[in-house]
Amino acid sequence: MDYGTTYLVLAGVFGLFMAWGIGANDVANAMATSVGARVLTIKRAVLIAAVFEFAGAVLAGGEVTSTIRNGIVDVELFNHEPTLLVLGMLASLVAAGTWLLVASRMGWPVSTTHSIIGAIIGFAIAAVGWSAVHWGDVVTIAASWVISPVLAGSVAYLIFRSVQALILDRSDPFKEARRYVPVYMFLTGFMIALITLTKGLKHLGLDISGTGNILIALLTGAAVAAIGIFFIRRIPYDPDADRDFHYTNVERVFGVLMVFTACAMAFAHGSNDVANAVGPVAAVVSVVQSGGTVGQQSTLPSWVLLLGAAGIVFGLLMLGRHVIATVGKNITQLTPSRGFACELSAATTVVGASALGLPVSTTHTLVGAVLGVGLARGLAALNLGVVRSIFMSWIVTLPAGGVLSIVVFWILSAIFL
Amino acid sequence: MKSYFSAIFGRSPIRPLQRHMEKVMECARELVPLFEAVGAQEFTRVEELQTRVSRLEDEADDLKKELRLQLPNTLFLPVDRRDLLELLRTQDMIANRAKDIAGVIRGRRMVIPDQLLPLFKDYVGRNVDAVEQALRTVKEMDDLVETGFRGNEVERVQALLKELDRLEKETDHMQVELRATLRGLESELPPVDVMFLYKIIEWTGDLADHAERVGSRLQIMLAR
Repeated sequence: MDYGTTYLVLAGVFGLFMAWGIGANDVANAMATSVGARVLTIKRAVLIAAVFEFAGAVLAGGEVTSTIRNGIVDVELFNHEPTLLVLGMLASLVAAGTWLLVASRMGWPVSTTHSIIGAIIGFAIAAVGWSAVHWGDVVTIAASWVISPVLAGSVAYLIFRSVQALILDRSDPFKEARRYVPVYMFLTGFMIALITLTKGLKHLGLDISGTGNILIALLTGAAVAAIGIFFIRRIPYDPDADRDFHYTNVERVFGVLMVFTACAMAFAHGSNDVANAVGPVAAVVSVVQSGGTVGQQSTLPSWVLLLGAAGIVFGLLMLGRHVIATVGKNITQLTPSRGFACELSAATTVVGASALGLPVSTTHTLVGAVLGVGLARGLAALNLGVVRSIFMSWIVTLPAGGVLSIVVFWILSAIFL
Repeated sequence: MKSYFSAIFGRSPIRPLQRHMEKVMECARELVPLFEAVGAQEFTRVEELQTRVSRLEDEADDLKKELRLQLPNTLFLPVDRRDLLELLRTQDMIANRAKDIAGVIRGRRMVIPDQLLPLFKDYVGRNVDAVEQALRTVKEMDDLVETGFRGNEVERVQALLKELDRLEKETDHMQVELRATLRGLESELPPVDVMFLYKIIEWTGDLADHAERVGSRLQIMLAR
C-alpha cells in the first residue's frame, strides 16, 4: 500500500506521544495516593510506577489492546479501503491526545479511555457509517465505566469494614494489625497474579493450565506476605507516637501494606491504560504489515506493547514526578489504612477489567473506591461535587472525542487520499 | 495543572472543630483566676482578665464562622452535617457564657461575700473541669474518624462522656448548696447584689450544662 512506512512512523510517533501523556499525567492519580499517605517518597513512587506500569502493560495489556484495535469498529467493513482504517486510527490518537491536553489544562475529570473510544467511534461513523460500530460491545464497555467504580466502591467498603472489625476496633489494634495485615498482602499478590495469569499472559505465548495458575498465584501471594512480614517485624512500637492520636503505630503497619498495593495499582494502570495509546497503533501495524488487508486474526506484535510501556515510563520520568508530587500533596486524608483499601479494590477491579478486555478508567475506579471507604465512615470529608463532574465528563467526552476525531480524519484524508 | 482526583478530598472539619473547642477552653479557663481576683478584690486584675475573656471569645467566634464557611452542602462527612454544626454552636455557647459572666462581674464591680467565696471558687473550678472534659471528648474525634465511629474507640469516648455527666451532676449539687448559703445571707446584702449573685451562679452552671450538651451531641454522632 502507498505511504506504508509513513503510516507506521506516524502511528509510532502518535502512539508514543499518547503513552507519554498517560505516563506524565494519568499515572499520577494511581501513585499519588501512596505519596499522600507518606508511605512512598516521590523517588520511590516513580521507581515503583516505572517498574510495575511497564510490567502491567507488557504482561497484561494485550486483551484491552485487542479490544481497542478491533473490538469497537467492525474492521471487516474496511476491507475495500484499509487506508481509511489506518487514517481513522491515526486521527483517533491525535483527537484523543488533543482533547486530553485541553481537559487536563482545565482540570476536567476526563479519562484517557473515554476519549480514545469516543474518537474511534467518531471516525468509524464518519468513514463508513453507523453500522461500522459494534454497538453491542460499545454498550458493554460503557456499562463497565459505571460498573467499575461501583464495584471498586463496594469492594473497598467491604475491605475497610473488615479492617475495622479485625484491627481498628479491637482493644490492641497494633497487635491485630501485625497479625492480619499480612493476610491483605497475600490477597494483593494472589488476586493480581491470578487474574493476570488466567487472561493476560496468553499474548506472550505462555499458556499455563488452570491449576498451575492457581498454584503460581498462591505462591506469589505467599511470597508477597513473607516479604511483608519481614518488614512489619522491623517496625518498633513507639508509645510516644500514640499519645495524641492513638493509631500512629497501627498506620505504620498499614504503610508497609500500602507499598504492595501501590505496586498493584501501577500494574493495574499499566495493564489497562497502555491500550489507549497502542491499541490504535496495533490496528495500523496489522494493516500495513499484511500489505493492506484487514486481518482480524493477526496476532499482536509484542513490540507494540513494549513501545507503549516505554512511552509511559518516559512520560512518568519526564513530567510524572512533578504531577505525582502536586496531586499527592492534596491527598493527606487518605491514611495507609484507607489508602490500601482503595488501592487494593481499584487495582483488582482494573486488572479484572483488563483480563476481560474492558477498557475502563483507572482514576474513576479509584474515585469509586474512595467513596466506598467514605460510606464506611472512614474519611473525614469528601467533595461530592467531583462525582457530579465525573458524571458530566461521561456524557461530554464521547461526543467531544468523536467530533474532534472526525475533523482530524477529514484533514488526514485530504492529505493522503 | 489541576487534578480532579485530589479535589475529591474535602477539607476535614475535625481539626478546626477541635481548635475551636481548645479556644473555648482557653476562654473558660480564665474564669478561675478571675474569681481569684474578685475574691482578693483586685479590680485592675479583674478588668485585665475580663478583657482577655472577651478577646478569646471573639477569637472563638472567628473560628466558628470560618468552619461554617468550609462546610458546604456537597461535603460528604462521616457524621451528619447538622449534628456537626449543632456541636459547634454548643461549644461556642460556652465561650459566650464565660464572656457574659466576666462582663457582669467587671461591669458591676462585683464582690463575693466571704461566707460564699470558697464554695464559689470550687463551683467555678468544677464547671471549668466539665468544659475541659468536653474538650477531651472532642479531641477523640480524630480517633473516631480513624476507627469509623466503631468498636473500642467508641467505648473509650463513652467512658469520657460518663465522667462528663458525673462532673455536671456535681456542679448541680454545688449549685444547690451555693443557693442555699446565699439565701441565708440575703438579709445582710443589698438586694440588687443578691439578684446578680444568683444570676452569676446560674450562668456559671450553664458552663457545665453546655459542656454536657457538647457530650450529648457527640453521643448522637456515635449512634448514627
